[in-house]
Amino acid sequence: MADLDDIAARVVSWARDGEQVEAVVVRSRETEIRAYDGEIEQLSSAESLGVGIRVISGSRQGFAYAGTLDEAVLAETMADARDNAAFGTVDEHLGLAEPDGVAPVALDLYHPGVEALPLEAKMALAIELERAVRAGDPRIIGVESADYADGVTEAAIATTTGIRASSREASSFLVVYSLAEQDGEVQTGFGFSVGRDPATLDPGRAAADAVERAVRLLGARKPPTGRITVVLDPMVTAELLGVIGETLSGEMVLKGRSLFADRLGEQVASPLLTLVDDPTDPAAFSATAIDGEGIATRRNELIADGRLEMFVHNAYTARRMGTVTTGSAVRGYSSTPGVGVQALALRPGTQSREQLIASIDDGVLVQGVSGLHSGVNPVSGDFSTGADGLRIRNGALAEPVREFTIASTLQRMLQDVVAVGDDLEWLPMNAAGVTLVVADVTMSGE
Amino acid sequence: MLDQDVIRSTLQSALRSGGDFAEVFVEDRRNSSALLDDGKVEELTSGRDRGAGIRVVRGDTTGFAHTADLSPEGLRAAAEAAGAAARGGGGGVRSVELSQVVAPSPVVVKLDPSAVAKARKVELLTRADQAARAAGGAIRQVSARYGDSRRRILVANSDGALATDDQTRTLFSVSCVAVGDTGMQTGRESVGHTIGFELFDLVSVEELADRAARRALTKLDAVPAPSGAMPVVVGPGGGGVLFHEACGHGLEADLVAKSASVFAGRTGQQVASPLVTLIDDGSMAGEWGCFAIDDEGRPGRRNVLIQDGVLTDYMWDLLRARKEGRESSGNGRRQSYRHLPMVRLTNTYIGEGADDPADSVASTDRGVYVAQLGGGQVNTATGDFVFGMTEAYLIENGRITAPIREGNLIGNGPEVLTRIDALGTDFAMGSPGTCGKDGQGVPVGDGTPTLRVTSLTVGGTAA
Repeated sequence: MADLDDIAARVVSWARDGEQVEAVVVRSRETEIRAYDGEIEQLSSAESLGVGIRVISGSRQGFAYAGTLDEAVLAETMADARDNAAFGTVDEHLGLAEPDGVAPVALDLYHPGVEALPLEAKMALAIELERAVRAGDPRIIGVESADYADGVTEAAIATTTGIRASSREASSFLVVYSLAEQDGEVQTGFGFSVGRDPATLDPGRAAADAVERAVRLLGARKPPTGRITVVLDPMVTAELLGVIGETLSGEMVLKGRSLFADRLGEQVASPLLTLVDDPTDPAAFSATAIDGEGIATRRNELIADGRLEMFVHNAYTARRMGTVTTGSAVRGYSSTPGVGVQALALRPGTQSREQLIASIDDGVLVQGVSGLHSGVNPVSGDFSTGADGLRIRNGALAEPVREFTIASTLQRMLQDVVAVGDDLEWLPMNAAGVTLVVADVTMSGE
Repeated sequence: MLDQDVIRSTLQSALRSGGDFAEVFVEDRRNSSALLDDGKVEELTSGRDRGAGIRVVRGDTTGFAHTADLSPEGLRAAAEAAGAAARGGGGGVRSVELSQVVAPSPVVVKLDPSAVAKARKVELLTRADQAARAAGGAIRQVSARYGDSRRRILVANSDGALATDDQTRTLFSVSCVAVGDTGMQTGRESVGHTIGFELFDLVSVEELADRAARRALTKLDAVPAPSGAMPVVVGPGGGGVLFHEACGHGLEADLVAKSASVFAGRTGQQVASPLVTLIDDGSMAGEWGCFAIDDEGRPGRRNVLIQDGVLTDYMWDLLRARKEGRESSGNGRRQSYRHLPMVRLTNTYIGEGADDPADSVASTDRGVYVAQLGGGQVNTATGDFVFGMTEAYLIENGRITAPIREGNLIGNGPEVLTRIDALGTDFAMGSPGTCGKDGQGVPVGDGTPTLRVTSLTVGGTAA
């Protein structure tokens, strides 16, 4: 990793008088293995490199990136960024992040297992995953994909404002999409297992989830249209939180695109909801000690007992809004830092998923949603997604349903939450899942 | 891009440990983009990415490796890694004779964007910003994005094929926020073609910005969208997304081979209304998903997937075609040299029909008219798909009335295809799209005339 620090520092040393320069350098090694029919269908293993250079000069910003750390390309990329800065609009608030004295938490996100485990053992995990799905139920006819993947990512950032930070993390996961068939009708299900150490991956659990999710949808019908209480599966809740998180970005607020721009201190959600963004939580899949500008991340309580407490910021949005960065700059090497939540979680409730379902006379357990990108507008708040799942009747799971939508608005859904489950679980995304019960949602079917 | 001797020796290295097939894919990509938001040109970005992806196929196993190091040593290391991944036995030296695939580019770029002054690109943004804000005082925010890319590729394989392409794409988009008593609404427009900066001789950024702004303003009066199943009329251009999701993905041979498509085993059968003839055409000059060769070196071509409602063929890449002993249909695509190719859509469209578009609305008592679609998603195994409506209206008593709020529509591909009862005379291509599959995004185009589906489920909140 020291070599990445050196490269970032060297790029920064090329700054001319009056220039601010930031360099982000990334190296990742990834292995992807796909099993099919008991054999390895695809195996890919490779290293990727990248550099992003930001130049601020005369209160104008330019950016350039390249997918290599080749010395000559670094110099060309620097020249591109410098040239690009000449065309930006003068903005006195532009500027790189400044060290703010907050020390990054010690997070051990690296595990040597990813690099130590032999390729044969990784292939065996993928093959076992597929085998376990096929053996899981006589109605399983196969898999669409059964994958093992891992990666080690190292990154370094340096700036002329004195930031020097680096990180290294490992991750591995199994993910499988199953196919079940009955009477000529096919249903699909997915399952996964995630860990920094591949030795902790559980192909049995991933397979069992994929089998159950597909098989229980067999025979599903389109439900009638009407208002109903929905129980969101933890994965669906996490996806919903991701959308809510967008509306709490300081950039959305600053640019007049947030529903909640003028509502700080107000009750925007049910008192049951406390929403925290905490990338310093080592259990979070997306945990990180430093943000995209090299600033220490921290625990940010965004909504407390339904009251809107704060927005998240990077250095620029904080400066423009007269506040301080919340360590929420998010980016890859190919873009300038944006603003975003990094590890969102709801404070869990006290009731289990089973207890919550038992308390509902007429509802739907939403197992999966589709079209979050096409039917949800975080600016207007309109929320409409495709869905499938199981009806809940008299406190028990009943017949499967599919090909319907659930719709409301983000504003209403937050207020209409009637219970949060006790089953908080970190998922392979920027949010944790938990069972969530929302009343008065429109189910659109026949 | 690479010396032929280097290509030959790289292919030989790839096959040294055994393997039925090896391929070298070299890509050199330059991107430039400029973003205006909140009244400011926030930044210009320049990107460069260059490297090679090497795959080796042995039996049913594909080994893959990529490298940004295009030296003979870097390529050999990647070739050996890919070969090892394919886990060969036997091995030995195989010589490869390369012959150039003749595939004239469907496009002649008139104005290379990299030769255009950056100031001209920035000026487009400020013009769009002004035009959008001039559309009405309720327009409170505007963002505009300019982007161009030049992607030069070379593909060579152990079958002896050697092919190159030089693809230039140019894109412009505008997004607006309007604020009124009912809250905020958004409007977006984009235009993109596989051509150079001459795009802006063909389209006016002011008109584009004005349309985006008016879309946001119109939606300030939007009523909640209805819920339940009803007739849906989709305006010209936009319906391409519907077909892309309803059956496009389901006709990809890799999904068909794994029984992960509702259209598996249905060639020769009536799968759609007799009005439907569905074409996927990678050679459609200038369209967003067009190319001279696909990312496996096959010339882009016009493939008829559904003829008068009968399923004629699936789309194929090299791997799936080899297994079936047939030709690739030129649908092997990948996001970059870091990715394996797979079967992908290109430009997918339904040709012109014979119906007066006005009649489709006039003969609908109660339904929805969708003027702009905003992307979608499909489960190919079940056929259930959604697509978003970003500009839509109620149809009441045969007339288009109030605008409605955004939402998804949901349907089942095989059912919806049989429920198309009108196809207009007003064919148009839709907006440029990025199609996602298995984590990879590729540019795609689509088009349709006005069409009516007798029943689709509209995912609104109103009764």
